[in-house]
Amino acid sequence: MNAYEKVQAARSSSRPSGKFYIEHLTDSFIELHGDRRFADDPAIIGGIGMIDNIPVTLIAMERGDKIDERISRSFGCPKPEGYRKALRLMKQAEKFKRPVICFIGSSGANCGIGAEERGQGEAIAENLMEMMTLKTPIVSVVIGEGGSGGALALSVADKLVMLENSVYSVISPEGCASILWKDAKKADEAAEALKLTADYLKEQGIADVIIEESGKTNEEICNNLKITIMNIIKENMKLPEKELLTNRYNKYRDII
Amino acid sequence: MLNKIKNIFKGSTDKMKLCKKCGKEFSVKELEQSYMICPECGTYLRMNADERLDFITDKGSFKEIDMDMQSKNRLEFPGYNEKLAKALETNDKKEAVTCGICKIGGVKTAIFVMDSTFMMGSMGSVVGEKITRLFELAIERELPVVGFTTSGGARMQEGIFSLMQMAKVSGVVKKHSDAGLLYITVLTDPTTGGVTASFAMEGDIIIAEPNALVGFAGARVIEQTTGEKLPEGFQRSEFLLKHGFVDIIEERSKLKDCIVSLLKIHS
Ligand SMILES: [Zn+2]
Repeated sequence: MNAYEKVQAARSSSRPSGKFYIEHLTDSFIELHGDRRFADDPAIIGGIGMIDNIPVTLIAMERGDKIDERISRSFGCPKPEGYRKALRLMKQAEKFKRPVICFIGSSGANCGIGAEERGQGEAIAENLMEMMTLKTPIVSVVIGEGGSGGALALSVADKLVMLENSVYSVISPEGCASILWKDAKKADEAAEALKLTADYLKEQGIADVIIEESGKTNEEICNNLKITIMNIIKENMKLPEKELLTNRYNKYRDII
Repeated sequence: MLNKIKNIFKGSTDKMKLCKKCGKEFSVKELEQSYMICPECGTYLRMNADERLDFITDKGSFKEIDMDMQSKNRLEFPGYNEKLAKALETNDKKEAVTCGICKIGGVKTAIFVMDSTFMMGSMGSVVGEKITRLFELAIERELPVVGFTTSGGARMQEGIFSLMQMAKVSGVVKKHSDAGLLYITVLTDPTTGGVTASFAMEGDIIIAEPNALVGFAGARVIEQTTGEKLPEGFQRSEFLLKHGFVDIIEERSKLKDCIVSLLKIHS
């Protein structure tokens, strides 16, 4: 697959969304709602559960399946209250010393009047700052499309895992093509130029682990993902708090 | 060629600036008297990094750091080399942010000033790295940071590396904050995208110039995506103040005094 085909695969409605991974990683998921400030954003599912006898906090962008659900979940594009719900649950995880697992898969942050009124920029910015010093392990997994600042706000982590056919980009190829070349149809060229594929990002040290997808069923992918995530978590749970945070800080500090 | 023209204009009081709002031209000398505010229609004209530094820092106190750091076309992104070359040719600065140590009202301060005349003030690796180094220096010397933002957002020609600068800078801002040090941001027209969604909104105190455009998503994109009509004054400073995202809107003529007062309360 070329870069743009990967983008399309990452967006495909046949691809499992956040819910699927949560359900397959734990059978004891309890969803928790709301940011305690304004609303509950259905574009993000958050809650707690047990994996391998370890309590964890799970946060996922959820684009929904059927069209009604997709609309009600804003196609998985979170509003400020979604990012604030995520941060609330992360702070709760810190309090109870639970590791945090985030799943990323949507075109990015919600784009709308309400989102701007309620401070979309501020909400993302606060997550970036707070996640950097959250005193519990964080693993983020890009399961589909990782879109811009809206994805980053759930992916400041100790380790970034990407599925083989997921992508992660500063801007959508269509957006890039229409800004630079005034032609959204050149999205395939933009996708190539943006170098947004998992293998490139792994090569550059942005992604830490790639989970193979080719020739595997969703269940097999999920099982491998679970093993990878839990290995990372168990290793990071052993680290003294200071070392955990220094490693996380340096992961980003070293990106030039 | 362009360089020659620029040098002729440089230092010349005859240099003219256009007000895009009313279409009138004024000499820079005249504008310096009016804080770069259009004498005809009151529009706040955009200031480049040097103009801003002259206006805010105590005379002769500014010492620039990392002034020679230059961007590379790491992704070999089509057209980026040409864009960078053009920006370098038409600009005195080598990147979209200028950083250094200065005094403001006698208070020693680390300062960064973004410049929309350099590739729309977009943030790539060099912008992120320069701001990060400034914060690191401020932590080491226990200095407050004052930052002037203006930016079209992340520099897409640097792909994921530009996006990651948002996280990197946020990390060092948090460190500076956890050290009990003051960070003041001044939002100037326009501040958008990834800069709004990171260090522009991370100040302990957030000041905005009147009527500055500040937002995350572009207004045109919002209109196209949602089909909704944008409210009057959408994404302007006053809109942000009303919704609780800005502490102070300050006129340019009083901006330095305002910053000095804030610095003195914290020093
Ligand atoms: Zn005017």
